[in-house]
Amino acid sequence: MLSTYAYPEFPYVPSEEQRTGRRVRHPVVVVGAGPVGLTAALDCAHHGVPVVVLDDNSTVSVGSRAVCYAKRPLEIWDRLGCAQRLLDKGVIWKNGKVFRHDRLIYQFDLLPEDGHRMPAFINLQQYYLEEYLIDHAHGFDDRVDLRWKHQVADITPAGDHVRLTVETPDGFFDMEADWAIACDGARSDIREALDLPFAGQAFQDRFLITDVVMKADFPAERWFWFDPPFHRGQSVLLHMQADNVWRIDFQLGMEADPEQEKRPERVIPRLKRMLGEDTAFDLEWVSVYQFACRRLEDFRHGRVLFAGDAAHQVSPFGARGANTGIQDVDNLIWKLALVLRGQAPERLLDSYSEERVLAARENLLTSTRSTDFISPKSTVSRAFRDATLDLAEHLPFARPLVNSGRLSRPTPYTGSSLNTADTEPFTGAPPPGTNAADAPVTAEGAPDWLLRHLGDRFVALLFLGEETAPPPDHTGTMAALAAQDVPIHVVTVGRRAGDLVDGAGLAHERYDATAGTTVLVRPDQVIAGRWRGPDPARLATARDRAIARA
Amino acid sequence: MPLTIQPNLPDPDGFYERLIALHRDLDLAGSRRVNARLILLLANHIGDPEVLDEAMRLALDPAAPRTHAR
Ligand SMILES: Cc1cc2nc3c(=O)[nH]c(=O)nc-3n(C[C@H](O)[C@H](O)[C@H](O)COP(=O)(O)OP(=O)(O)OC[C@H]3O[C@@H](n4cnc5c(N)ncnc54)[C@H](O)[C@@H]3O)c2cc1C
Repeated sequence: MLSTYAYPEFPYVPSEEQRTGRRVRHPVVVVGAGPVGLTAALDCAHHGVPVVVLDDNSTVSVGSRAVCYAKRPLEIWDRLGCAQRLLDKGVIWKNGKVFRHDRLIYQFDLLPEDGHRMPAFINLQQYYLEEYLIDHAHGFDDRVDLRWKHQVADITPAGDHVRLTVETPDGFFDMEADWAIACDGARSDIREALDLPFAGQAFQDRFLITDVVMKADFPAERWFWFDPPFHRGQSVLLHMQADNVWRIDFQLGMEADPEQEKRPERVIPRLKRMLGEDTAFDLEWVSVYQFACRRLEDFRHGRVLFAGDAAHQVSPFGARGANTGIQDVDNLIWKLALVLRGQAPERLLDSYSEERVLAARENLLTSTRSTDFISPKSTVSRAFRDATLDLAEHLPFARPLVNSGRLSRPTPYTGSSLNTADTEPFTGAPPPGTNAADAPVTAEGAPDWLLRHLGDRFVALLFLGEETAPPPDHTGTMAALAAQDVPIHVVTVGRRAGDLVDGAGLAHERYDATAGTTVLVRPDQVIAGRWRGPDPARLATARDRAIARA
Repeated sequence: MPLTIQPNLPDPDGFYERLIALHRDLDLAGSRRVNARLILLLANHIGDPEVLDEAMRLALDPAAPRTHAR
């Protein structure tokens, strides 16, 4: 089908429970093996929670879907041990250019500073992402049970569990789960079965999404055109992907006929107008999309937890779809693991909805604004849009108003019930509810990264400044934290000595840290609280608050 | 005081959204009226004739040489 990629075919394996007809209760069932469901399964395995993944299909994502993955999801996949292969295969980029007609009017750099392990973005076809996640999951065969051609037909809440009715090539059977995670995409059957409204806005404009194989000398940057000479009156977006495949999106307007527009006789001349008659290229995939921005009101419904496109759908201009879905499960799985172990109350899972609805709200707002700028819906809206572009080329003030998509960034959980508010002043550092900043460090004499020492568990970063050891009166009690039921592991970070040595001083700078500064980091690498001195009692209280048992 | 041509809006996307929303229920003639009123309101707020003249020149031709802008 594709010239650069062969779709893997995963075998349907009849399950023991269907064959014997003996109903089994599983701790966690994930519905859907897209990027979000697969990441959820990997995170479960990482936390030692056995997980069954059901997918109605038997291969990876078909056709042109996600391309751009942001720094934060890459950090999450790094925590799960599978980022390197994505980095190796993907196209790393951080610069964007915005053109009007044939002139550059504005450019941006998404990560202007050094000292982060992960780049601002990589581009990679969604099928590679899914294939690599599946390969990685095969390394956890004892904990991740991937079942292909298993379509969930119904779900019924039943007190302390849910019942799933599943259809396979061998017919229907029922299974039970303590918790179900619905990662079954934008057309979620689980959402339908529970009759939950998916409210928002649908956009009329149509977009032609092409994947083109060619040798081209465009740089690894995001290029966006308003009204280019080769596609008058509309916009065009260009991205480099792996294997010399290029993603080119053409805005078509509201009147376009999707069936006509998909035909090669229409697509090839469009591409030639852009690339020139002499550029040789092959069409890899063509589709026509309309976009929508909508979400569930609440991401937790009893023992069913919604994540990814099943919970929220956005237009793709900020590459926010998969990126935010990955952050959903990053937020969810450690909480679920604690609840399953009886170490945190179930209401900790309400904070999943609380925090991720906040993120979805921001993503929807931002994506809707971008879509409104790119396809103005009224004469006046278009006049303001064009005026902004007129001005932006010459006058810097108008550039921040030009909106060709605001690229995915993590949403801080400001005001989350899990945060412990600052009681001492900090400036210019990520506050509680924000994801922890990375920095280059040295660990056991070798170059390393701060983030690799955070995550999966509660960590207290204890900064030493120029000191070489923590204050002696605290060493014993701090160590005792690691022995509690939900342990807090202390990691010391000093300019000259410590578990992590911050020779360049970037870690101290990024956390606004001085000797004694202590930062409590959640298992999803989100800051729970911070103080100017190490105080075991305050750390334990903040940890309890962060797991909703305070 | 020269005309500011550096970014000065604390939340550009939010401002833009409200600006477009202002016109949501208006027809074209209504929008023109609202835009004209808005310009007059802001002009009065600015007051400084040099700033207003420079803004008018740049509105007419954004590429015009800037004599009184920063
Ligand atoms: C043109 C385009 C460009 C995009 N670009 C980007 C981008 O650059 N960056 C980005 O982050 N996002 C992008 N996205 C969005 C991204 O593709 C989605 O957000 C992402 O695929 C969502 O992942 P998911 O796992 O939630 O759902 P999906 O990928 O939709 O996976 C759902 C899975 O559930 C399975 N399933 C469905 N129903 C059932 C059932 N009843 N039983 C069992 N299994 C079921 C499906 O077969 C599928 O495997 C783009 C989307 C489009 C269309």
